[in-house]
Amino acid sequence: MPPATSRAERALELHRVSKYFGDVAALRNVSLRFVPGESVLVYGPNGAGKTTLLRTLAGLARPSEGEVRFEGRNLIENSAAPKKALGFASHSSFLYGELSPRENLRFSGRLFGLRDLDRAVSSALDLFDLGARADEPVRTLSRGLVQRTSLARAFLHDPTFLLLDEPFTGLDATSVKNLELLLAGLVRQGKALILSNHNFEQGAALAHRLVELDGGRLKYDGRLEGAPRVSEGGPSLPESSLGKAEG
Amino acid sequence: MRIIWTILVKDLRIEWRSRETLPSMCVFGLLVVFLFNFAFETAREETLRLLPGLLWVAFAFAGVLGFNRSFAAERENGCLEGLALAPIDPSTIFLGKMLANLVFLGVAEAVVIFAASLWYNFSFFPALAWLAAILFFGSLGYAALGTIFGAVAAHTHMREVMLPVLQFPVAFWILILAIDATADALRGAPRVEIAGGVYRVAGVSLIFVVAGFLLFEYVLEE
Repeated sequence: MPPATSRAERALELHRVSKYFGDVAALRNVSLRFVPGESVLVYGPNGAGKTTLLRTLAGLARPSEGEVRFEGRNLIENSAAPKKALGFASHSSFLYGELSPRENLRFSGRLFGLRDLDRAVSSALDLFDLGARADEPVRTLSRGLVQRTSLARAFLHDPTFLLLDEPFTGLDATSVKNLELLLAGLVRQGKALILSNHNFEQGAALAHRLVELDGGRLKYDGRLEGAPRVSEGGPSLPESSLGKAEG
Repeated sequence: MRIIWTILVKDLRIEWRSRETLPSMCVFGLLVVFLFNFAFETAREETLRLLPGLLWVAFAFAGVLGFNRSFAAERENGCLEGLALAPIDPSTIFLGKMLANLVFLGVAEAVVIFAASLWYNFSFFPALAWLAAILFFGSLGYAALGTIFGAVAAHTHMREVMLPVLQFPVAFWILILAIDATADALRGAPRVEIAGGVYRVAGVSLIFVVAGFLLFEYVLEE
């Protein structure tokens, strides 16, 4: 029987990663390491490289320089196993408009090879309170319901690393509260939460670690409590939000 | 096989609900056959010369419409990236999408051939078995090209224009061979001659399928 992989060994890493779109550098020489059990807020002004960072971690964008590693191995070249451990929700919902939330989740579950598909889909639909609209085409759903379905899709295969790009966009107050509680609970269970959020206070309430980007460069990486006032001239770090989430 | 089937069923289900791809393919194919029927009032001898090229022109343009629509659904909401997030071999995505495109193209071809037999007063029955083989292999290779170039074009801004621009210079080879083999089959050429044509179409198709299978991984990347 192979030895159990420790939390540290299950790290998701960016090693000296740069990503260029033509002449524009979205990421410049960024090295970061994420392990299960930590919650990380990726923050920065528009165009800082937050989405590119998350897309690169998800394996959707190949680094121009450097590499992404999962459990010490190149993620792009050994992508099947890491992808089972990654759940990614983005600005794009990754959902088919003609299919219902249930059908979209069943399709995704089949691609991930989930064994008890019906149970996993039902759980994901219940988790995001989608039961009542689960069988209507996604194209007829509101922005908030689509976002909830998109999140259900990212959570469906019970990934260890949750990569969430602006996950609260379009959600109503109740859904925001529920998602905050869910994410805090998942981190307590040992999942890694890596999220970008335009609302600093909201993201900081969930995170222990802050990764701040500016112009594709890593500006700060460390505990949220010790962070300098974020982005001079930008929003200040409210004292009340520090250390709220549990580790 | 399970993943290929899952992707194929998903595409068929989406088409059943939206009815966007097949009707436009059939209408376009019928239009080509119908217009040519008006343009050339042909005797049987001329029909025999005209029909193989005419049919494959109709299939080729109907196919381009279908391949574009096939990836329009994947482009919407970033679904192609959603597929890339799954722990599956990208080549299985290619095969699933290609089979769906093949089904759509096959249905459009059946409709066009039926219409052509009526409008041109031409019976395809004597050559039906050969014709079925040529259509299958020709469409397979064409669908393979359409799938790979459809995915490439999906990443570009002028995707509707880009697909035929990218696809036709390569598809030219399979279309020429398919037209040649169809002409032999329809005029009742010797068995060996027709079989040789079918083998050539099948060979080139296989090359395109294998190339698509191997290259699709790179197409999925940014």
